[in-house]
This record gives sequence, C-alpha cells and structure tokens, in this order.
Amino acid sequence: MTDEVFAPLAERFPDVDFEQVLASKQDVAHVPLDRYRGFVEAAHNVGFDVFVDLCAVDYLHRKPRFDVVLNLLSHTNRRRLRIRVGVPASDPTVASITGIFPGANFYERETFDLFGIVFSGHPDLTRLLLPDDWEGHPLRKDHSVGSVPVRFKASPKTS
Amino acid sequence: MAHQSGPSGFLLTTLDSAINWTRTRSMWAATFGLACCAIEMMATGAAHNDLARFGMEVFRASPRQADLMIVAGRVSQKMAPVLRQVYDQMSEPKWVISMGACASTGGMFNNYALVQGVDEVVPVDVYVPGCPPGPQSLMHGILLLQDKIMAREIVR
Amino acid sequence: MSDTPNVTTGDFEAPTIDRPDDAHTATSETAEERRRIHDLWVAGTEEPSWLRGSTDEQSQELLDRNSDPALRLSQGIAVDDDYLFDDVTDSDELQILNMGPQHPSTHGVLRLHLELDGETIVRAKPIIGYLHTGMEKTGETLTYMQGSTNVTRMDYLSPMHMELAFSLAVESLLGVEMPERAQAIRVLMTELNRVSSHLVWAATQGTDLGAVSMMIYGFRDRECILEFFEKTTGLRMNHNYIRPGGVAADLHDGWEDEIELIIEKVTQGVGEYEELFNGNPIFRDRTMGVGVITPEECRALGVSGPIARAAGIKWDLRKVFPYSGIDKYDFEVPVGKHGDVWDRYLVRIEEIKQSLGIVKQVLETMPAGDYRTLDRKITPPPRKRIDESMEALIHHFKLFTSGFKVPAGETYAAVESPRGELGMYIVSDGREKPWRLHARTPSFNHVQALPTMMTDSLVADIVATIASTDPVLGDVDR
Repeated sequence: MTDEVFAPLAERFPDVDFEQVLASKQDVAHVPLDRYRGFVEAAHNVGFDVFVDLCAVDYLHRKPRFDVVLNLLSHTNRRRLRIRVGVPASDPTVASITGIFPGANFYERETFDLFGIVFSGHPDLTRLLLPDDWEGHPLRKDHSVGSVPVRFKASPKTS
Repeated sequence: MAHQSGPSGFLLTTLDSAINWTRTRSMWAATFGLACCAIEMMATGAAHNDLARFGMEVFRASPRQADLMIVAGRVSQKMAPVLRQVYDQMSEPKWVISMGACASTGGMFNNYALVQGVDEVVPVDVYVPGCPPGPQSLMHGILLLQDKIMAREIVR
Repeated sequence: MSDTPNVTTGDFEAPTIDRPDDAHTATSETAEERRRIHDLWVAGTEEPSWLRGSTDEQSQELLDRNSDPALRLSQGIAVDDDYLFDDVTDSDELQILNMGPQHPSTHGVLRLHLELDGETIVRAKPIIGYLHTGMEKTGETLTYMQGSTNVTRMDYLSPMHMELAFSLAVESLLGVEMPERAQAIRVLMTELNRVSSHLVWAATQGTDLGAVSMMIYGFRDRECILEFFEKTTGLRMNHNYIRPGGVAADLHDGWEDEIELIIEKVTQGVGEYEELFNGNPIFRDRTMGVGVITPEECRALGVSGPIARAAGIKWDLRKVFPYSGIDKYDFEVPVGKHGDVWDRYLVRIEEIKQSLGIVKQVLETMPAGDYRTLDRKITPPPRKRIDESMEALIHHFKLFTSGFKVPAGETYAAVESPRGELGMYIVSDGREKPWRLHARTPSFNHVQALPTMMTDSLVADIVATIASTDPVLGDVDR
C-alpha cells in the first residue's frame, strides 16, 4: 500500500513490505535487518519525527526468532508507523537508533535487559530494570515466569 | 526491659506501661512508599482519614528519626538491599508494618521480579492485607501494632 | 528467592563496557561478624545471605567525563543556557551526589546520580528498576479478562486509563464495537481519573515546593472522587473495572447527584489552589524558567502529554485519534508556550477544569443501554441468567476458567492518560492469553527526559522539575 505519506519511503526501499492491519488501519512496515537504520532515518526525514515506542517480541519457533518493533508518530501527517525488523537468535544484534531518536536510549536498554538483543552503537548498553548482576533475560519465552510455590508461613504463637 | 516480679517488678511494670504508652502515641513512620499502597498511605495521612489523631502525621524521610517503617508496595529484587539498609539505619525500638498484599506475600505478582513477601528481608510485626488496603484497614493495622506494643507482645 | 529460574543465556556474549576501577570497600571479617551478631540480637532474624552486598551498582555510576559516550545525549540536543556556564575542565571540583531511591521527593523509587559543580547540575543520570514487577511477563500468564487486574497496577494513579488502553487494544483485535453507554461510562471514569490524578500531582507539587498544606487539600478533594469509584467499581484504586467488552458493572444508583457534588467540590478546590499559587511570588520564582524542555527535544525523546503541550506542541490523542466516543464532547486542550514548570502547572490546572466540563456533559447526555457488549463469547452473562439457562452457565464457566480466544495478530492502541500517551502493544497468537503484552508508558520517556530538563539548573530546581514531570514509578518500571 503506497499512499502519499509512504510513497517516498516505498520508492527508496523496495524490499520493505508495507501493510495495513486490522479495521483501525494501522500501518506496519516489515524491514529487513540490514536496511533498518537507513529506513528509520528516512522515515524521520519524511515526517515521522516523534519517537513513541521500541520493544521486542520473542516468537520462539519462528525464524527469525525475535522481532524488534518500533513505533513512530508524525505530528504533521497525523499518522503512526510501526516498523518491524526480524532479528535472528544466532546473532541477536541490531543497529541502535539513538543517534536519530535519543528517546530510544532507555527503550533499547530495556530490550537488551529483558531479551538479550544487542543494539550496536548504543552509548551505554547496560541493564536498566533488573539488578546488574542478574543472569538471564526474563522476557524470553524459554525463561520461566519465576513463580515460587505458595508457602503458608507459620506465624508466631501469641498467648 | 526485663520482666521482674516482686515489689521492684511492680514499679518496673508501671514504668514499662508508661514507656510503651509514649512509644505508641507518637510513632513516626519512615517514608517507604513504593507503589500503589503509598498513595493509600498518603490518603491515610491526609485530612479525610486523619493519622494525626494518633500522633503519626509526621512521616520522616530520614530513617534515623523514625521508629516505624510501613513497607507500602511491592519490593523488587533491586530494592530489597535498599530496604534492608534503611531498616538497619533505624534505631531501636523499631517496628515494621507490611502494607498490602505485595509486601506481605508478593501479591498477585508471583514472578521473578518481586521478593515474595517482605518478611524475607526484614522482620514484620503487622501484616495489612488488601490491594491496596484502604485507609481504614491501614489504621486498623496501626492500632493493632499499638496494642501489641502496649502488651509487649512483640517477639524479637 | 527460593529457587533460581530456569534460564538460557543464549549464544552470544554481552558487550563488555569499560568500568571504572572497582572501588568496592571490603569490610573486615570482624566488622561483618559483629554486624551479624548485632542483627541477630536486635532483630532475631538473620539477614538472608542473598542480600549481602552493597547497593552500589558499578555500571550505573557516572563514568569519567571524557569516557562517557552518553554525555552529549544526556545533556540534551538543544541545551538552553539559563546561566553563564564556564566549561569546567577540572573534574576534581565536581561532586557526585546520589538522590534516592528512598527519598520523599522523588515520587517513588527513582534514583538520580547527580554531578554537581557547587549548586549547578552538570550531569544527571536517572537509575530506575527499583519497582520492576515483571508485569509484562505476568501478563502473558493471565487471560484477557484477568489482564485488566495486571495492567491497572502499572500506572496506579490513573488505573482507568491503563485498563482502557488494554481494553481498546483487545477490542481492536477482536473487532467488536462497544455500545454507547459503555463508551460514555468509560469516558466518565477516565475523565474523573484524570481529575484525581492531577489532584495528586497538585498535592505533591505543592508539598515538594514547600506548601505542605497542598498535600492535604489535594487529597481532600480526591476523596470524593475515590468514594464515587468505590461505589461503582468496588475499589478506591486499581479498579479492574474497564474490561475488554465493556465495563464490569453499571453505574450505581444516585450517581448523578454524586457527580454534581464532585464537580462543585473540585471546582471550588481548584479555585482555592489558583488563589494560593497564581499570585504567589515564591511559587512563581521557583517555577518560571525552570525545567525547560523545547518542542524538538519533546519529539525526539517521545515526551507527550501536559509536558509536550506546555512546551507548545498542540497534540492531544483525544482530539487527534479519538477513542471511546470522546469526540462527542466539547472540550478545549490547553497549550503552553515556554515549556517550564509554570506552564505545566497552568496546563494541568486547566485540564482539571476541562475534564470536569466533560464529566458534566457526560452526566447530561448519558445514553441508556448496555454497559457491555452482548456478545456472550466475550462478556459473561448476568448472574441470574446462570440459574435459568444452560448456555449461560457454560459461557460463564468457559470465560472464567479458560477465557475467550482472541484472533491472532498485533495491535497498538493508545489513550491520552494524565501523563501522556499511554499505549498498549499486544501480540496475540489466537489463544486465550496474550503472546506478548507491552505497555508504552509515558513516564518512562519522561524520566529519560529529566537530564535534559535539569542540566545547568540548580539543585533546588530538581524537586520542582521532577514534581512537574509527574512520573509514576509503576509506569516507569512496570
């Protein structure tokens, strides 16, 4: 689907799939991993200059395993754009976009923390939400939720 | 305070009650509001449900000046050492109220991120259930703690 | 922790970052032993062994200025120099101060590492994660009907908005339309929530700047709204009321009179606050020109809500991408000019008034009808039908035990919460529980934007800035 907002992007990036999902017509762009940073920069220049959200999804049994999902917004065009880029489990590295959108800083750190996806070029890729010495990446699907069995603690007798 | 019997025991018992009475009538809580329960704790201190009538309107930020710690909210793994440090900085006598389901047992979040019950980190005197407990529940918990202090039933 | 979780670390190395020399001071054996004995004597409980260790996090400390690659980022793109600023080259003169996580003015468990040159802030680094609850992981283990209980506790000052974002996302995946009454009730609840959240903001903003009685006033006016919530939803906070499919119960009897009382009381209260603050020279001096953020910085950092509007960006999701029938009501969106704390104060006070206007309109035009969709595959039947109809019983059973299935797909739905753009990104695989639940919370961006607002200002301005940002740490850490 190429309307006037996305036409310049579709021209420059012919290997990017644009689609509109659901009745609310949400625009999604499936971008190959190597074109990711260039596409984001081009989207920024076309008018999508508001950073909204960056997260990851672990599809476990799909190749590539992870999806990094970037949500952008354009105040001038009043449109949203969702960019999805597939990241393989064998080398979960993707370019960092903090140079284009400084707001992605904490989001990329959080995604690294909870999924283990490395953002190359990020100025400070350390754990954000979990303690520094934590091992593992909890939001991965092969990580358990970590629940403990319910114990009934004996209360001291008051006499 | 040793519990002695005999004539000197009677004097000490009255002194005990007097000291316990003063301890309960102006317990100052350390601000340890973490999450949603903190808002209800603030509401308990506010005008509608007034904690000032129990002498507790002051919430001290410095643990050195506080004798009660109301752990209001969910304690994450990263926060647990901080909680312990703040508890250690309080001077004796000190008491802990675990407010809310998350502080008492981990609440609805039985997962990797939370300490399943703050009594794994600090000794707790009163547990107040609720998610979040309304101001009346919290006040009931505080009054229960006051009764325990008066009766010296706190097991250490 | 009783057992370590089952983890796979994956087949890659985490990047190594040059850390400053380990300055961890080892306590002597006897000191530790003495402390342990003291603990035993005092507390009667032994400190759990897994808690040993300092609360320092080496990687979170401020790196040497020359080797801090994030320095330019954290100082903001466009640094507005309010004060004459000499480039400080001698880092020996700078002092590092730690603020939080236990602090009365950080609005929760926020930790700030500050580098100070006298009283001027040279660098600020927020450290978060002290309230991380793993809600996104827990969300994957709960059905869609239970999902509201989970998300409502993220931003605990505006739980209705969190539930609404979640419900809108699920409903967009389901492809169902809400009846008019359900939509109107949702608007009523969320606008009342906006008022109550802004009252807490006003209370904390005033208290942090020294007007301690503001805390009492703010919470006093909030009580009547919470009473209303309690009568309809059953809880004062964290209601689990707005669910996918509608709302959990109809409004209680006599709600119209209560709403009128609320409007009257809060309007009077807001009048009092304006009287106290608008002409107050101390408040004006402490808030004008403080904590400035420019519109370009807002866009780049993803700052939305009253902060962006105070900076001059005319953007409100209720007007641009209306949801839940809010475009039926007439209201204005206040927009500021300077992007400082004073403008944010004015914007929020005006928002309270506008929200009360919307509530009044909902009161006057509340349609009759169903408070939830009649599709029995999604919402449970009324309780008394269970005794009469086998089908109702089966529906009830299926919904409450295993939940309803949601078609596979992904969606992002956003609402305008009192803090900004609150979005919910849900990926469904066709089953009863979400495959991935991600909340785009506004406070996460705002805490990230704090260094931009605080650099080159004074220590005394930190508190004003944080209060005006109105962060909710449950929102930040999830």
